[in-house]
Amino acid sequence: METTLSYRARRGSRAPWFAIALGSSIALVLAFLVLPVLAIFVKTSPARLLASLGESESTEALKLSLETTAIAVAIIVIIGTPAAFLLATRSFPGKAIVVTLVELPLVLPPVAAGIGLLAALGPHGLLGGALGDAHVQLVFQTAGVVVALMFVAAPFYLRQAQSAFASVDRSYMDASRTLGAGQAQTFVRVAIPMARSGLMAGLALAWGRALGEFGATLMFAGSIQGITQTVPLAIYDRFATDFPSALALSAILVIVSASLLLSVKLLSGPEALSGAPR
Amino acid sequence: MLRAELARTVGDIELEVSLRVPAGRCLALAGPSGAGKTTILGLIAGTATPLRGRIVCGEQVWLDTERRIDTPPERRRCGYVFQDYALFPHLCAWRNVAYGLGEVPRSQRRARALELLERLGLGDRAEASPATLSGGERQRVALARALARRGDVLLLDEPLSALDARTRADATHAVAEILRETEAPVILVTHDFADAALLGDETAVIDRGRIVQQGTASSLAATPGTAFVADFAGAVVLTGVARPAADGLTTVALDGGGQVSATATGPSTGPVAVSVYPWEIVIQPLDAALNSSAQNRLPARVVSVTAVGNRVRIGLQASQPLVAEITQPAARALQLAVGSRVIASWKATATRLIER
Repeated sequence: METTLSYRARRGSRAPWFAIALGSSIALVLAFLVLPVLAIFVKTSPARLLASLGESESTEALKLSLETTAIAVAIIVIIGTPAAFLLATRSFPGKAIVVTLVELPLVLPPVAAGIGLLAALGPHGLLGGALGDAHVQLVFQTAGVVVALMFVAAPFYLRQAQSAFASVDRSYMDASRTLGAGQAQTFVRVAIPMARSGLMAGLALAWGRALGEFGATLMFAGSIQGITQTVPLAIYDRFATDFPSALALSAILVIVSASLLLSVKLLSGPEALSGAPR
Repeated sequence: MLRAELARTVGDIELEVSLRVPAGRCLALAGPSGAGKTTILGLIAGTATPLRGRIVCGEQVWLDTERRIDTPPERRRCGYVFQDYALFPHLCAWRNVAYGLGEVPRSQRRARALELLERLGLGDRAEASPATLSGGERQRVALARALARRGDVLLLDEPLSALDARTRADATHAVAEILRETEAPVILVTHDFADAALLGDETAVIDRGRIVQQGTASSLAATPGTAFVADFAGAVVLTGVARPAADGLTTVALDGGGQVSATATGPSTGPVAVSVYPWEIVIQPLDAALNSSAQNRLPARVVSVTAVGNRVRIGLQASQPLVAEITQPAARALQLAVGSRVIASWKATATRLIER
């Protein structure tokens, strides 16, 4: 009895102190992370924002950004989903190395990634000859933007997808097999639907990363208006000459990215919004 | 007939078993958790691969490691009820059942799934998602799904263990009914000897990857080969025919003679299995007075005396074999030995009934 009482007393005296510490840390985190985003909107008048949408250069950049990121994410999902499933469900020698290699672009500086892409796929790169023979040109081309986006964004999807598949209990797949479904059918009808919210989260992350991509695109595909100049490149282009315009374009990019993230989360179900595990 | 010889390492145990299950019969694999029971089902279904083994189902060879035959699970035709059921959470009840109907034309799958759910009393829950089903309902959906496969073998992994005590009685009936109707060999895995005794035609007690004894549940309980089996074989099962009796009781005329009473709310007419735990059974000398609250009294002969820890298992032969569990001092006081004649008695309230 006495121990419970003293325990309660101690808890009572400590709890507010710790709660305040927790509360202020999240307040600091939020303030620091939200302030710059907020500042973009405070410094841009709605009129300026709308005017920016009226400029053909801005809409061109926005259209290019949406197109290239959509294509890049689609390719990442189509090729990355089976790859992530394999990494999640099979064990093979050297798997740890494969997983590390797949995650490597996460820690690679985007500028270095762009140089790497040039060294590999550029006209004088490792595969440059072969690509040239096949009349595939990437540098200074929209296709090059897509390649740079895929390189940088793919690990975000792959990592998330791998852990989503790993969290699907094996007994569900076994059940599917004993019910007469082959491996491919089990993948499509059980593994993917059950991993869906994790896959969608990965898709949102990869898409968000692709929308903001700057360094690798600039290095590999250049910044040619209407061909390779995505919104981030357009923002940088105006930064020195027309700061208000750069601000407005930034605001548009923030809105597009945020609404994309939100709609993907909404699509993948309410639990993705609350952040609770499946 | 299903024949299987399987060997594989599971964790730190060497699994090595040989099974034979005739069509329409149920072999209960009973043993403590970690004995390798679920692994055996996985090996038979093909979701796990053995080191060495051979599985023949009817005329088909599903597995023969020597001849490098290993049929994938989707072509083995097993109805499999998984532990915790493994119902697909993204599909409603009838779609879960229809998942196993790949060979039925698409247009007929829904009707066939509904028919199976109806048969298990779940017709009105067909559109419900597994998350909204109760434990007992989930179990029945899992049974329906396994039956949909029309398997050449039916595998049941702890079909009752995820259920609370109240649901369990109904669920046991559901499983018993399916076992009666199925023509395929059935393997039922359980850690509860009472379930094995009630549902299995034969019980194989498995410990650390080996079958330590196999036989009818009552013979295992009455003449355990080892102390492990004696300790594990927790329930006595007798067979007989029930009829309603006065005061709301049910009387069971035991096959081979004698009768017992039960307060059980189960079936009150027809062939039944009676189960009672050995520790509920009191042993008295033949000449003991009748002034006891125990309604059920059967004269019996002692056929075995096995020490299990601080208790003693007394194997008894009445009209059917049964087993009692008493303390060492009690056994000494009664001077029990093989051949002693005694009265085994227990209360009607300690008697469980299940239809056969």
